[in-house]
Amino acid sequence: MRQLPLPLAGRGQGWGYFHSRVGAMTHALAVTDLEVVFDRFRALKGVSIAVQPGESFGLVGESGSGKSTLLRAVAGLAPVTAGTIALDGKQLGRRRDKAFYRQVQMVFQDPYGSLHPRQTVDRLLQEPLAIHGIGDGEQRIRRALDEVGLGSGFRFRYSHQLSGGQRQRVAIARALILEPSILLLDEPTSALDASVQAEVLNLLEQVRRARGLTFLMVSHDLAVVTHMCGRLAVMQNGEVVETLAAPDLAAHRVENDYTRRLLKASEGFARAG
Amino acid sequence: MNKAAMSGNLLDIEDLRVTFPTRTGRIEAVRGVSFALGRERLGIVGESGSGKSQTGRAIMGLTPPQAEVLAKTLAFDGLDLLALPPRERRALRGKRIAMILQDPKYSLDPVMTIGRQIIETLRTHERVTKAEARERALDMLAAVQIRDPKRVFDLHPHEVSGGMGQRAMIAMMLIAGPELMIADEPTSALDVTVQLDVLAILDRLVAERGMGLIFISHDLRLVSSFCDRVVVMYAGKVVEQLKASELSRAEHPYTRGLLDCMPKIGADRHPLPVLQRQAEWAQ
Repeated sequence: MRQLPLPLAGRGQGWGYFHSRVGAMTHALAVTDLEVVFDRFRALKGVSIAVQPGESFGLVGESGSGKSTLLRAVAGLAPVTAGTIALDGKQLGRRRDKAFYRQVQMVFQDPYGSLHPRQTVDRLLQEPLAIHGIGDGEQRIRRALDEVGLGSGFRFRYSHQLSGGQRQRVAIARALILEPSILLLDEPTSALDASVQAEVLNLLEQVRRARGLTFLMVSHDLAVVTHMCGRLAVMQNGEVVETLAAPDLAAHRVENDYTRRLLKASEGFARAG
Repeated sequence: MNKAAMSGNLLDIEDLRVTFPTRTGRIEAVRGVSFALGRERLGIVGESGSGKSQTGRAIMGLTPPQAEVLAKTLAFDGLDLLALPPRERRALRGKRIAMILQDPKYSLDPVMTIGRQIIETLRTHERVTKAEARERALDMLAAVQIRDPKRVFDLHPHEVSGGMGQRAMIAMMLIAGPELMIADEPTSALDVTVQLDVLAILDRLVAERGMGLIFISHDLRLVSSFCDRVVVMYAGKVVEQLKASELSRAEHPYTRGLLDCMPKIGADRHPLPVLQRQAEWAQ
């Protein structure tokens, strides 16, 4: 039987159920007709995606396709000119409040640029707790470091004393320390070596399972996205050209030419003739 | 006539060492690398810090001045590169040995038009008139499949895309007709679909001109699909050399681990196998 491209399919509920649920808006994250304009450049041209609670959703495309802009728009870091973003059915306003950031956290691409160079790991992890006025810092920091496999030996180090993979673990710990339900991942492993990438991807899957997190993950690497995500959207020039299930992509059941080209390119170089 | 010239190899390297002095002691980035290159495509693969780029730079003569380069043999077409006076080494660089760098954004001169940069390379190495130089630069731009060479000739690097910039870089490197090309991550800064176009151009030109190519990359699978032979480096040493077609039969646990830990489309492996580094690989 052909697998339905929806996470609900496996639970034995039919399409009717799904559509009625859509009406009730239970998506963890729903982006509808989103437009982002920088000066006069339309970075996003009416993009819509819907992510179920607990789902891992991928965004792929080349540079300039708008995949990172979409992620940043959700985080409140891009100028949205039209369209809506809804979290658990509640539409978000122009400004994000503190409660939003307790629910949604982001991990950035470059572990060398996203950690403060003059703060220890301990200080970095205390920052979000201080902002949100959370008391049990000691315990949370220890737990977060444990969870990302660093241990308390790393607590008083500076980021320049860490490798790229360790830094990205700290960035993940910082995102997890507020116990969010959604993680926005912007190319979390593209600056890492292949062997370190495998470790970080395993870690992300592990925390997702342990905490029932919802992922929205951007990557230019089709193999990484199909490994990590159940469904994905392919983007080109600020538009979603195709949304499909990862198993369909793996089986080359794709409809869009651009998706096909990406798939072909990910297979490596082939000499003509 | 020395040994290297008699072997007929384009490049002979034996026991190459590159050492950097630091405050905490000497760091050996390359520790006894040996390989030979004919007119073929050789891939050098390794992770960051494996010494692959420093190997390429030592051949090119671009090692930072504070570092020390030692080798039993470092010979290009029979010439002992380490004994060569700087002036002769300079004449070699760009003329007979050329190098393509990773990111055209940083490796092209931002305040010179693309055409002028290409002509500069040519006129450094050959005595040609301005008109002839321009003619050859335009031909070269056409050879790297730039559709409108006359327009691109007058553009500055920031006015072209990454793929176009890298083609211009290839044109600049090929214009003096080098015999050996060193490409250090030539397509890593490019999008996947553009990456393949640029590789196809490089592949065709290398084959047509019978050049030797050293392709340095962290991407084992890309290298094996492009090169004839692959050298795998770890911690400054060569751990394995093999034919690209026999990569699936690699014996060294590092090579196997590196191949294994990458996610593959269609393979359902959760969690991914992780590379277990052994201390003896670095010895």
